[in-house]
Amino acid sequence: MTDTPQRTPLYDLHVELGGKMVDFAGWEMPVQYPMGIMGEHKQCREKAALFDVSHMGQVILKGDNIGEKLESICPQAYASLKEGKARYGFFTNEDGGIMDDLIVSNAGDHFFVVVNASMRHQDIPHMAANLDGVEVVEIFDRALVAVQGPKAEDVVGDLCPAARDLTFMETTLGDINDVECRISRLGYTGEDGYEISIPEDKAEAVARAFLAHEDCEPAGLGARDSLRLEAGLCLYGNDIDQTTSPIEASLSWAIQKRRKEEGGFPGADRIQRELAEGAAKKLVGIKPEGRAPARQHVEIQAQDGTTIGEITSGSFGPTVGGPVAMGYVSKGHGEVGEKVNLIIRGKAQPAEIVSLPFVQQNYKR
Amino acid sequence: MTTYYSEEHEWITVEGDIATIGITKHAADQLGEIVFVEQRESGDDFEKGDEIGVIESVKAASEIYAPVDGEVVEANGALEDNPGALNESPEGDAWIYKVKLADAAQLEDLMDLDGYKALIG
Repeated sequence: MTDTPQRTPLYDLHVELGGKMVDFAGWEMPVQYPMGIMGEHKQCREKAALFDVSHMGQVILKGDNIGEKLESICPQAYASLKEGKARYGFFTNEDGGIMDDLIVSNAGDHFFVVVNASMRHQDIPHMAANLDGVEVVEIFDRALVAVQGPKAEDVVGDLCPAARDLTFMETTLGDINDVECRISRLGYTGEDGYEISIPEDKAEAVARAFLAHEDCEPAGLGARDSLRLEAGLCLYGNDIDQTTSPIEASLSWAIQKRRKEEGGFPGADRIQRELAEGAAKKLVGIKPEGRAPARQHVEIQAQDGTTIGEITSGSFGPTVGGPVAMGYVSKGHGEVGEKVNLIIRGKAQPAEIVSLPFVQQNYKR
Repeated sequence: MTTYYSEEHEWITVEGDIATIGITKHAADQLGEIVFVEQRESGDDFEKGDEIGVIESVKAASEIYAPVDGEVVEANGALEDNPGALNESPEGDAWIYKVKLADAAQLEDLMDLDGYKALIG
């Protein structure tokens, strides 16, 4: 990683739109625009918002039996991932911890993988070293944007009708403004929407075309974080890391039945044991009763004052209209409805364990 | 009435021995949308530099530091239900404390408006 933050192909557009630029994982990214985080968040829940996520790592995998080979480093059933489908997953280590989470798409003659910006330097060599006979190509000449929200289908579909035919977790190639883009119906906000990979020299024109739609406004990383938190989606480095297992992180839904039974991925011993016996701690939703947001590292106590865990993500949820958080609580705790205390600046603040997500997910199934 | 400014982006106005303290428009703009304010209670003593409250925006928490020594006479209760007032009127209705000054001479260490404008550029 260099000391000077990198810029995405949309940097000039962010500045023109009044984006407040911050360093994020070595990239100069807009945290918000003049509309503000709350406005951008509500824009995404009610209409559509455009996010630049070009800092994330886009990777192409070429070769034979890629899905099967991915199963040696991921607990997902990628061998059965059909062409045109995308699936959430993660790399696990030998201790059953999560090395990173990712989206894998079967693009027919190749696989397309998107990994976190902060972990691309780990993930690309990891794939190259472990996927025998697979060519791992990190893409540097394409932007990645997300158009998210109930109006996303109109914003993208008006320019590319084929996008309307996709359902959640499907991917296709499609022309937008005569530029061939990879369009995938997925995202990180809990709303319907798309992530679109665009050749870098055409990215600004395509982004402007989306923004020309009356229902689409730009949104920054601030709103992206509050949206994903309300949607109960994990942030790598906050809610999951190399020490937390997928079972602890309440991600067992992302491990398909065959893989749970057969194992055969790094850390399978621990993950299968935790599936059978339960994990030492688990990630839960937490709703503070007062107005004070509970931030990362806030201590969680049981009613009797014993420490049972820690907040891993916490903020104000603009759609919820109050503070929302996620955190780990130890085994024996974490039933929905359980009352806990959060120690915020030395004072115990009452909170309740709630089911995730905080806001209903609105995917196009 | 003279308004004084601190390097921590607070303003103070004084009437008799009672001062009103708030945060500047510049500070409120930098914080972004404010969603929560934690305040001390009436009667609490504090010294210059003490943390006397916390302001939370969507993204982060920021401390309020006492610009002078004093005692809280009144915390602005309206901020509890409407913290967003700090974005709309930080140098007006959305004051944070009325305090009793312990040492009015400390005001001389603070900046005037010109000095503060120079600080924030």
